[in-house]
Amino acid sequence: MNFPFLSVITFTPAVASLLILMMPGERKTEVRATALAAGIFATLLAVYVYLAYDQSLGGYQFVEKFAWVPQFGISYHVGVDGMSAPLVLLTAVVMLTGVLISWGIDDRPREFFAFLFILATGVFGVFVALDLFGLFFFYEIAVFPMYLLIAIWGWQVTREYAAMKLTLYLFIGSVFSLVGALAMYYVSGLGTFDMLALEKANFSVEFQRFWFPIVFFGFAVLGGIFPFHSWSPDGHVAAPTAVSMFHAGVLMKLGAFASLRVGIMLLPEGARFHMPWIVLLTVVNVVYGSFIAMVQKDMKYMIGFSSVSHMGLVAMAFTTLNRVGYVGAGMQMFSHGVMTALFFACVGMIYDRAHTRLMPELGGMSKKMPFVAVAFIIGGFTSMGMPGLSGFAAELPIFLGVWNARAADVVREYPAWLQWVAAMAQTPWYFPTIAVVSAIAIVVTAAYVLRAVQRVFFGEISHDHDHHVGDVTVLDKVALAILCAFMIGIGVYPAVMATLVDTGVTPILKLLGVA
Amino acid sequence: MDFIIDHLLSLILFIPVAGAVIITLLPKDQVGAIRWVALITTLFPLGLSLVLWTRFDSHAAGFQFVEQAPWFTVINSSYHLGVDGISVVMILLTAILMPLAVLFSFSITEKVKAYMALFLLLGTGMFGVFMTLDLILFFLFWEAGLIPMYFLINIWGSANRQYASFKFFIYTMAGSLGLLLAIQTIGITLGSFDMLNAIEKWPTFAGAIYGIPATTIRAAAFWAFTIAFAIKVPVWPFHTWLPDAHTEAPTAGSMILAGVLLKLGAYGFLRLVLPLYPAEAKFYAGALAFLALMAIVAGALASFGQTDFKRLVAYSSVGHMGFVVLGIAVAAVARDSEIFKGHAIMAANGAVLQMFNHGLSSAGMFLLVGVIYDRTHTRNLNDFGGLFPLAPVYGGILIFTSMASLGLPGLNGFVSEFMVVRGAWPVYTVITAIGMLGLLMTGAYILKGIQKVLHGPVNQRWAGHRLEISRREVIAIAPLLALMLVIGVWPAWLVSVINAAITRMMG
Repeated sequence: MNFPFLSVITFTPAVASLLILMMPGERKTEVRATALAAGIFATLLAVYVYLAYDQSLGGYQFVEKFAWVPQFGISYHVGVDGMSAPLVLLTAVVMLTGVLISWGIDDRPREFFAFLFILATGVFGVFVALDLFGLFFFYEIAVFPMYLLIAIWGWQVTREYAAMKLTLYLFIGSVFSLVGALAMYYVSGLGTFDMLALEKANFSVEFQRFWFPIVFFGFAVLGGIFPFHSWSPDGHVAAPTAVSMFHAGVLMKLGAFASLRVGIMLLPEGARFHMPWIVLLTVVNVVYGSFIAMVQKDMKYMIGFSSVSHMGLVAMAFTTLNRVGYVGAGMQMFSHGVMTALFFACVGMIYDRAHTRLMPELGGMSKKMPFVAVAFIIGGFTSMGMPGLSGFAAELPIFLGVWNARAADVVREYPAWLQWVAAMAQTPWYFPTIAVVSAIAIVVTAAYVLRAVQRVFFGEISHDHDHHVGDVTVLDKVALAILCAFMIGIGVYPAVMATLVDTGVTPILKLLGVA
Repeated sequence: MDFIIDHLLSLILFIPVAGAVIITLLPKDQVGAIRWVALITTLFPLGLSLVLWTRFDSHAAGFQFVEQAPWFTVINSSYHLGVDGISVVMILLTAILMPLAVLFSFSITEKVKAYMALFLLLGTGMFGVFMTLDLILFFLFWEAGLIPMYFLINIWGSANRQYASFKFFIYTMAGSLGLLLAIQTIGITLGSFDMLNAIEKWPTFAGAIYGIPATTIRAAAFWAFTIAFAIKVPVWPFHTWLPDAHTEAPTAGSMILAGVLLKLGAYGFLRLVLPLYPAEAKFYAGALAFLALMAIVAGALASFGQTDFKRLVAYSSVGHMGFVVLGIAVAAVARDSEIFKGHAIMAANGAVLQMFNHGLSSAGMFLLVGVIYDRTHTRNLNDFGGLFPLAPVYGGILIFTSMASLGLPGLNGFVSEFMVVRGAWPVYTVITAIGMLGLLMTGAYILKGIQKVLHGPVNQRWAGHRLEISRREVIAIAPLLALMLVIGVWPAWLVSVINAAITRMMG
């Protein structure tokens, strides 16, 4: 048998977590070194998987499968395709950079890294799972440690509230999805949780239309879809830096990815039916999110709402049901992941030294931490979709996809109270209008990013900060450099990711019947 | 050698990036090394564009030195470069101004490393716009030049720099947004972002786009392009970002901003608006000519009203670029007319030559404002007076450059403005006639500037100060002075190349 790359990647953090827990709590350096080693190891393997994936073959590769609970048709079945390979890489990169910038955590680092790594295992697991049961299993593993990480190491002011809110939102969402998954399991009559088998189950049209919104929104809560997004800025703000990075960088993709894998791919007829109205919610995400970000004074809240806006673009891309849009969705998930991880890392570094995140109180930080300033600016330009950076390479296909999208004829069968949407959606200008309206967010994003850059990094530094704020460590700089390298690399030569994602889109389109 | 010739455009495009990378690797305190690396880096594109200029065959049809490679295949966008007579002239202008601006920037002492690296990146952005034959790449370079300029103003600018840089950025970005949406529409409709393909198919594309007749969509897209480029030129009433940005920018930033960046807008009109929207451009040419007239008149009047020397020069750019737009409007309206075609070609030639000339003279003027500001730390015209005896060389150069800007026959500005006016007269007689009054005002504000700075009683405040221009600064402006004279006396070497391209473009 071939080397089980995916299992090794998935369980590397879990094993590291166990090792760390076995160490005595006061051996902080050893704990950190173990965490770093695990991060590097997982990243190297993820890079290998990314590069070794054979694009000419497509489909699921690095597949491992064996029976787990055969009585219920549950198997341990993992594999990656063009959609998930970049996300596995993203998770590994955020894990590695998260360890690098958390080096200075002095309050119980042993438990911190242990919980963080359990979470990482859950995230890897969701991205590679090809079995519905396995997917839920890893999904819950990813969500639960978040509660402890925020409640124990979070920002004192809101951590209990935020941790509780986040956990309840996500659990309730996943319960809905789980019910949908069980419905699929029983109705299919195949007696299996294997998603590749369920893809061919031929669920009835009525079944798909009924269950699609339940499954899709259940997961999309974690992707921050409006109106279920309000846990996300609170959670981001309260979480410690590395957890915010994981949270916004990777966890939100988990929601988007699962709603694609389980919602759209298993219930494609439901997607065709419901997407024409869901796109309206995603417009709210994109535009409203950016305006709310603009009025924030707290940097972390600003980035939290900008994530809502940017993840709205992923959901919007899902509604296009065409190739370009889905390639954009895949790239935006990666691009937003590294970008927002970078943002939270920068804010964490500033907060650790200046002890405030309020933009009016900050200023002149580029003198004290020039490297952070440059990194934040690169991230900022990525976020406003500046050409030559990954944000543009991801958002451009999304917008093209939206221009090109057409609502399926089935919208005619909407219930009477939704007929107004159906009437609009059938016009050829429906999606183009949405593209134009969403484009407003680009300018708003430019405004709030520039404002933050000016307030925080330029202008006058306060007397107090001038004396106490110092530069960041070498490890911090390495972490930021890694994240920036991805944004620039993909932006300058988008094909390094676009062609791979493209191979992952083909089977999705086949399921949707539009290929 | 073959490699260099085959990849001439790519080399011009990316050598500045390589220089910027080298600079970021140099230690921060090696200021001298950083400056020289930057200067030498900019000399490579200059040398290569001279090679480009000599090897360019103005009689051959189509684009030359074409390079094409896959880039973003999923959306059918490729790395596609090529030049024609218009772009060659603009590349030459950029390549000439870059080393001069860097040389002048040797006086920058704060954060030299970041400054020089950004400056070189700005060069790549500008070269890219003039070379690319793909709409997405065009947009990429169009926006890419914005970032370095934003920081050049924001970090090295004068007192009100935050406001000015923010305004500059948001203004341009808002304009670009419409451009991006229109480019997407074209790409979606035609299935490719290739510029040559779009120029061939887009003007005659019939049928519905998004259920709306193609003509309506085309008109909307035309205005999206036009407003984006009009903001950059800038055409009145989209010009208000310019005086702020120019005034606050560091001297070399103003040189490049006025010398090259404004030309990006005019170049966009010539490269994209006229070929992609011939019918719409013709239909709306009157409106464009009117806006151009307003720019000429309002720019000149506003310029006359300034007491800040730099603002005076900044507003003069609005007026001078108005002539470029007037020429373009004439070309748009009269290109397929039997009677007026010759005039249209004349006006378009004048517009391109005016772009080149204004690049030289405005860069020179901003340099000279910078020289005097460096020494006196004021730009207020009322603080000067009678400086000629204190700085005779400077005074001579200032008068020479001002005369070129004013349009004195024998210097470059005259040739191009004459060509525009000569071509525009039979087509838009009234507008041109009023525009001539604007020319008169140009004389008034230029003379006002000279008089306030150089003549009159000596302001005793400056007695005993060393105000004379330094040797480095003379070297930085000398090539500009030489070109102003050469083009004024013998414009044919430029015009023949421009004319061949314009004539072919007009069919």
